[in-house]
Amino acid sequence: MRFVVRRIAFYLVAAWVAITVSFFLPRMVPGDPVGAALAQRTASGQCDASCVKAIQLEFGIGNHSTLLSQYLQYWANLFHGNLGISYFESSQPVSSLIGTYLPWTIGLLGVATVISFVLGTLIGIVLGWRRGSRLDWVVPGATFFQAIPYFFLAMVLVELFATILKWFPNQGPYDISQTPGWNLGYIGSIIDHGLLPAVTVVLASIAGFILGMRNQMLTTMDEDFVLVARAKGLPNRRVVWYAARNAILPSVSNFSLAISLVVAGQILVEVVFSYPGIGFLLFKAVVNHDYPLVQGVFVVIVLVVLAANLIADVVYAFIDPRARQEA
Amino acid sequence: MTTDATTLVTAAGPSPGSRMSRVLRIPRSPKIIIGLIILGVFAIFAIIGPLLEPYSPNEINRSWVKVTCQYGPYQCIGEINPVTHLPGTQVPLDVPLAPSGAHPLGTTLYGQDVWSQLLASTRPTLVVAFLAGLVATALSIIVGVSAGYLGGNADEGLSLLSNVFLAIPGVPLLIVLASYVPGADTSVIVIGLIVAVTGWAYGSRVLRAQTLSLRNRDFVEAARVSGEGRLRIILAEVMPNLLPIIASSFLFTTLYAIGAYVTLAFLGLAGSPTSSPAGPWNWGIMLNQVFDQNAVNTGYWWWWLPPGICIALVGTGLALLNFGIDEFINPRLRASGLTRKAARREGIPFRSTLGFTPVISESAGRGHVAAALAAADDGAARGVR
Amino acid sequence: MSTTPRPTPTSAPVTSTPREAEPVLEIRDLSVDYGFGADAVHAVVGCDVVLRRGQVLGLAGESGSGKSTLAMAAIRLLRAPGVITGGEVLFHSAAEGADGSHESIDLLRAADADLRRVRWSEISVVLQSALNALNPVITIGAQFDDLLKVHRPQLTESERWDRGVQLMEMVGMTGDRLRSFSHELSGGMRQRAMIAMALALEPQVMILDEPTTALDVVTQREILEELMGLRDRLGFAALFITHDLSLLVELADEIVVMYAGRLMERAAADSLFRSPRVPYTYGLLHCFPPMHGERRPMEGIPGSPPDLRALPTGCAFHPRCPWAMERCRKETPALLRLDGSGREAACWLHSGEATVPAELDLPDPANRGPRPAGERDPVRRATR
Repeated sequence: MRFVVRRIAFYLVAAWVAITVSFFLPRMVPGDPVGAALAQRTASGQCDASCVKAIQLEFGIGNHSTLLSQYLQYWANLFHGNLGISYFESSQPVSSLIGTYLPWTIGLLGVATVISFVLGTLIGIVLGWRRGSRLDWVVPGATFFQAIPYFFLAMVLVELFATILKWFPNQGPYDISQTPGWNLGYIGSIIDHGLLPAVTVVLASIAGFILGMRNQMLTTMDEDFVLVARAKGLPNRRVVWYAARNAILPSVSNFSLAISLVVAGQILVEVVFSYPGIGFLLFKAVVNHDYPLVQGVFVVIVLVVLAANLIADVVYAFIDPRARQEA
Repeated sequence: MTTDATTLVTAAGPSPGSRMSRVLRIPRSPKIIIGLIILGVFAIFAIIGPLLEPYSPNEINRSWVKVTCQYGPYQCIGEINPVTHLPGTQVPLDVPLAPSGAHPLGTTLYGQDVWSQLLASTRPTLVVAFLAGLVATALSIIVGVSAGYLGGNADEGLSLLSNVFLAIPGVPLLIVLASYVPGADTSVIVIGLIVAVTGWAYGSRVLRAQTLSLRNRDFVEAARVSGEGRLRIILAEVMPNLLPIIASSFLFTTLYAIGAYVTLAFLGLAGSPTSSPAGPWNWGIMLNQVFDQNAVNTGYWWWWLPPGICIALVGTGLALLNFGIDEFINPRLRASGLTRKAARREGIPFRSTLGFTPVISESAGRGHVAAALAAADDGAARGVR
Repeated sequence: MSTTPRPTPTSAPVTSTPREAEPVLEIRDLSVDYGFGADAVHAVVGCDVVLRRGQVLGLAGESGSGKSTLAMAAIRLLRAPGVITGGEVLFHSAAEGADGSHESIDLLRAADADLRRVRWSEISVVLQSALNALNPVITIGAQFDDLLKVHRPQLTESERWDRGVQLMEMVGMTGDRLRSFSHELSGGMRQRAMIAMALALEPQVMILDEPTTALDVVTQREILEELMGLRDRLGFAALFITHDLSLLVELADEIVVMYAGRLMERAAADSLFRSPRVPYTYGLLHCFPPMHGERRPMEGIPGSPPDLRALPTGCAFHPRCPWAMERCRKETPALLRLDGSGREAACWLHSGEATVPAELDLPDPANRGPRPAGERDPVRRATR
């Protein structure tokens, strides 16, 4: 229990750091990008009077409040779920934009990551256990695959499956001619549109899981308890389980690194496929110099990732009895 | 990095005296050799690339394509209007050229030579990647080794710092930094530093773990007791034993850096050679232009395949090198020589499974072994060994 | 030396002397290499070891002598790149088959299924570091359970638990320790748990590879006494591997000394201790002072064990031997029976060519005849 509490405290600190960075960054940069963008927006009429007011309040432009009071105001806003108003998206509140885009990402990312992790781990276990067998060719193959950038893979897949073979569509979350709801057409088109992006994420990330798990298996198999399990005459399956159950621990403790990479990839895949997820939203926001949106999306991404990390830590405490001891 | 740092502790086997020989003893594994070859080739191109360019990467030569710019002459990208002296912004309407004698990799949709762009891109891409790798590794050494060696509150604070940076997802932070920090779109150095800031945390955690274990070894204790200064101990005793891990960390971080840089450029955040002020050419921006122009859907494979393959090749080279070093650090990962191939070569029927030691001799009598012993004795007597 | 304040178990004395009992594990002419072909390192060369029923056989040698390799290879538990290149390992089961016959099986040529059947139920292993030998993520009890499920499928879950408790109590621990994880136990307790697991199926042979080397001296003593008590009660044969000859002197009935992959000497324990016949054994014995008996000057053995990849010609020990002859440089001595005794030695000094040095010609206590009643051997301590 102490372990979990300590981890929660840590993640709160990390969240605070990220949010503070995201708050201070536009203000610290010389040249006042915020003011410049604001001026540009009001001039081109994209931001009406109420929008201007909201931004002024948020960024403290035009009123002479101190940096500290702006900071505190920002936190107050955050706790109210107020992430500001987007410049570009017709003055919509950032939080509602995020609410619309986030589920697509969680759906795609969630499904793809789980598949990739499970498959990659299983393949890694087999490769580690049967080292020296004919399956070893997978290792250099996976190494090469690991080096392919996500978006390049996405582009290749789009070229192959969408353009040439025309099996799958190449953008959008679903067919816009379908009405959203729990009907087969809608769900079918979601799967249809989501398959290629999901496959891209899986293919790009699975190599890392395979190679990592293989190496962890090899290291674990060198431990005496695996040999003793064999000496005890335990059946093959059980001996492999003894090894794998231990080998998987570093995978979970290295989760923060793994999820960082998968999130990065997800952003790119969404951009290439115009998939309306939170990565795509971040991209649009940055391109349009939509600072409140950039900030808001960044904060949400960080919070989601930290929450995922916390879950991974809790899982680790369950599967490694030694972790529970060192609180 | 694919190894758990804590298991590397016993396998690495530090030695106080023979550091130099250990450092230079690079194992000749095929992974390392292939990795070095790939990187070497790219390094050469990075150095001499700009000299080899047949054309300037921005250049559009009207004699290559039927260039018809939509809004009149001299309006195309890469051209300067002689009247207004302003750079053109329009895209030529004609189809880009496929690979041919004049253009081994064809031209882009803007009418520029792809091969020249590829050559021009090699240097900035690799420079940013290695610069970021170096800076990040330096940061991870400073934070990780200090945390591991100093212990106590310093350790707590530094570990917190590196854990926070590890937990915050790298690429979103990168995107935010790149869009705010000035000079990100023109300066190779600024981008390199930004990438380094997001990529140093993992290495520092690994180095801290290894330093912690080395700290308790006898030779470090001895140095401490004999009054050597802390800095000197770290530099002279601890660091040489960390070198393989530092090398592996550097490669891993560089791998990350090249991905991060290309990602930023792809998203248009690292500047473009056709904007003003102009940023450097790199593989990422080539792909950005490809994507912008939807070239993937229209099948101009010569434009987007080469930069992607280059990225994948450099990445593979780095990864192979990294694996090779990982195997060196962690001997458990090494193939122990008893592989199917080796058995087949020796003509021995064989199966290697944990806990079932193979028996390769069918003859079970004393005669066989006695003969071997006698032969060994004869050989020894003749001085053969 | 400390003694544990625990009552030693009463037992019926072993009636037949260990020397004359039937062999239960016969290792004949075993050769083991690391690696293949030209680069192969010969870790074990043509060794014969016979373990008899109820006997404690000590296998002694320095690190790198091949003793662990020998034992692990005998039960096919050697890790890659180890390869067995010759010999046979016969296990003679005491259990009677349906027709009254006793099974003998060559472990090196047995099918996997047979090997799996024999392992642990007939031959079990205790390794040096119990922390590494126990699965860290499941409880001790779960590991007992796995074992019993495979070899005693007729037991129910609660019967398995009871058996686990019984075994733990046999080694001096409480049954609730079954719920612990290995990291929650001290080094000594872990090793006891390991021993309990090794005894779970009442094997006929137990191989112990440096079981107490990683423990402190006090715990070492406790564990060894525990072990010997169990041996008396359950009657299994034990192959005890160690580099510490002084332990073997008390525990073993017979001792075999290995050097650079070959056997150097074989003799009954007190014969070996009181009257070594081989220079290497003599050197080893003079590394530790005996607790009783006259004081002797301490000498080590000059030099260091050879690199197996570059062995000296002839007898591997000759560069460090104070009595080396010309012949020792040229020819490797074979392990031969010494006249008139059950002992074996691999040394040219006993071939009749040269006179045996006085240090190697001490009177063998076995030849002294039966000891007068009441006199205790000052060397062999009563561990029973």
